[in-house]
Amino acid sequence: MLKITEGSHAVAEAVKFCRPEVIAAYPITPQTHIVEALAEMVANCELDSEYICVESEFSALSACLGASAAGSRVYSATSSQGLALMFEVCFNVAGMRLPVVMSIANRSLGAPLSIWNDQQDSISLRDSGWMQVYAEDNQEATDLHFIAYKVAEDHDILLPAFVCFDGFILSHTYEPVDVPAQEEVDAYLPSFKPYQRLDAADPISMGMYATPDYYMEFRYEISRAMERAKEALKRAGREFDEEFGRDYSAPVEGYRLEDADTAIVALGSICGTVKDAIDEMRGSGRKVGLLKIRSFRPFPDKEILKALDDVSTVAVLDKNVSLGSGAGGALGLEVKDALYGSGIEVKDYITGLGGRDVRKRDIANITDLAESGKGDMYYGLREEVL
Amino acid sequence: MVLNIGCAARPGKAGDNKTGSWRVFKPVFNQELCKKCGLCALLCPEGCVTVNDEEEYIPDYDYCKGCGLCAEECPADGAIDMVQEEK
Amino acid sequence: MVDKSLELFDPGHRACGGCGPALAARLILKGAGRETIVVSSTGCMEVFSTPYPETAWRVPWIHSLFENASAVASGVEASLKKQGRSEKVVCICGDGATFDIGILCISGAFERGHDITYICYDNEAYMNTGIQRSAATPYDASTTTSPAGACSFGNKLPKKDMPGILAAHGAPYVATASIAYPADLMQKVERAVNTPGPCYLQVHTPCCTGWGFDGSKTIGLSKLAIETGLWVNFEMVDGEVTKAKKVVRKPVEDYLKMQKRFRHLFKPVLQKDEIAKIQAIADSNAEKYGIDIRV
Ligand SMILES: Cc1ncc(C[n+]2csc(CCOP(=O)(O)OP(=O)(O)O)c2C)c(N)n1
Ligand code: SF4
Ligand code: SF4
Ligand SMILES: [Mg+2]
Repeated sequence: MLKITEGSHAVAEAVKFCRPEVIAAYPITPQTHIVEALAEMVANCELDSEYICVESEFSALSACLGASAAGSRVYSATSSQGLALMFEVCFNVAGMRLPVVMSIANRSLGAPLSIWNDQQDSISLRDSGWMQVYAEDNQEATDLHFIAYKVAEDHDILLPAFVCFDGFILSHTYEPVDVPAQEEVDAYLPSFKPYQRLDAADPISMGMYATPDYYMEFRYEISRAMERAKEALKRAGREFDEEFGRDYSAPVEGYRLEDADTAIVALGSICGTVKDAIDEMRGSGRKVGLLKIRSFRPFPDKEILKALDDVSTVAVLDKNVSLGSGAGGALGLEVKDALYGSGIEVKDYITGLGGRDVRKRDIANITDLAESGKGDMYYGLREEVL
Repeated sequence: MVLNIGCAARPGKAGDNKTGSWRVFKPVFNQELCKKCGLCALLCPEGCVTVNDEEEYIPDYDYCKGCGLCAEECPADGAIDMVQEEK
Repeated sequence: MVDKSLELFDPGHRACGGCGPALAARLILKGAGRETIVVSSTGCMEVFSTPYPETAWRVPWIHSLFENASAVASGVEASLKKQGRSEKVVCICGDGATFDIGILCISGAFERGHDITYICYDNEAYMNTGIQRSAATPYDASTTTSPAGACSFGNKLPKKDMPGILAAHGAPYVATASIAYPADLMQKVERAVNTPGPCYLQVHTPCCTGWGFDGSKTIGLSKLAIETGLWVNFEMVDGEVTKAKKVVRKPVEDYLKMQKRFRHLFKPVLQKDEIAKIQAIADSNAEKYGIDIRV
């Protein structure tokens, strides 16, 4: 049913329909509305979950780890400093192959303290073994939760997942969202079947340590599962399309890319602005297109190469920065890697950090810069304060 | 051997590690002096002293590390002697 | 009553010969029984019992990090509750994990009132990383981060009162125990796991390697800790001390002189003033818990 709702509430509804048995979360702007909405659902008996009101994000994810190991479907949500506090647990959850799903309302990381949006938080955990999918709008943010659970819990995958959506820009924005009905979700997402669990009737030890004889193989197994997750995400996306008529099967999605000379590559809500800017630029005869990256982990390198095969210039927008790498963001660095040797000119633009607005004319300017060979730079700096 | 997902394992494999090879001194149990109190079995940190049907307490030398705790705590004089291990 | 003859902790583990914590693990499992899920912290016990795939644990067991066992246990407990399962959830963690780095998670779990039992095996330092000081290290003990030296007598701070801190959280049952009294230890474990709500047990577990004594003396030394009043075995119900083991006290020297970590108090010269300060700690323990048997 289509309704006008706040992004966070749409996500909370989606989570409710996924029937998490244990929820543990700690409030932080801009994630708060999700966990408040879930607490309210539990308080009104609309959602039959154990809601653990923890004292920190560190305990939130640790409790999710324990509940998942004991055999429950679990959920958490966080942003920014909260995710940073979970850093150690994130690596642990992935290494123990527990299919935890967590929403990330993307926000910048301090210092300086900033509550506003960029994607430094989730991007900084790119090597942790969590899948990471990014939503362009609230419909996608909602739908990706169903897909994330399905893939994470697949016994062939068993990897945790972040569903990332931009803080404030999506989380606090009212948009029409089609939230499916419980029966429809039940038909799509089967109840949780743990691969293994803590059980006195059949004891196992979980989270043992690995000597140098085994450690590398365990890490390699996670890499392989990530590789398999590429197909699993496509499959789950196709099945979702069959059930709900919205197609998320592609890890990357082109927009007016067919005959483009210049392509913009981006993650998350900025893709909406880019599409509008492209429509305008196309109106004045410029051949510009967008490649939206939906899945950042696993990273769809082959799909990117294929989609950008015919363009001559690529401008990557990064709402994060890998400090010390020059003016490089994680997405730019990885797109360059994916296109290495193709002859395509790739330029990276660090933009929109800490909530700085990125408008249509900025996209047009970036396109100009890329086409004139200027890039690998911060875009939109206020020179007057430097 | 195929790796278990997530570095998990079922019980039963600790015994593959025969800690008896660590021993320098060896407890020798003299059954005729034993008072059947069972303290050695209760207190052995390895849990490797067991009692048989004849109510004899017997250390499993595959795992006994020779720490001497059983001999130290045994209330019966001479029931457990620590002797130099011969290898 | 659980069947205390069950052995749920396998030999083959890699603890030092005469290790107090290894004995504690065996005895705790005897007291808790088969229907138990154990959550461990990073530390000696975790390391000596679980190199993949050679686990010593016959009950379901999980280790995540150094400092989050009580939060993991909160999640396990919530999950069991949701599933309608009845296993008991027991954390078994070192003093470093408990007194220091894990206290945030412990405070949270106790405040929320989860039905878990948290057992600290207290060997009075970070042994796994090479005998560094923790907030459980006793006054004047020499450790690698509180070494005795020309101008230091070792650890300058008294032991933190964890039982008091957790009793103040409203824990219905808080107790201390020692491997020197196995029947008492097992009975306290059994009582804790069968008491609804978060319970805390702190078990004195001498570490021959870290304290510097022969592994055959582990039990003897644990007894001396109690007989000198430097360790008190007591029970607290709803915040009130209901029971404490009474002793005819011995001078603290009897305990201190057996251990290398206190050697600097005896050699090259006898440090009478320092020993008197430690005696005063024992005297105040005796006063606080009323343990003296007057003869
Ligand atoms: C976050 C973190 N900091 C430090 C360590 C290193 N470390 C591992 S075990 C340990 C000490 C454990 O001490 P304790 O809890 O007393 O257990 P013990 O080894 O003495 O049995 C330390 C410092 C770690 N694993 N994780
Ligand atoms: S010497 Fe130590 S390890 Fe061997 S049986 Fe006696 S107590 Fe057990
Ligand atoms: S160092 Fe101490 S606690 Fe660790 S295994 Fe050895 S005796 Fe046990
Ligand atoms: Mg310790």
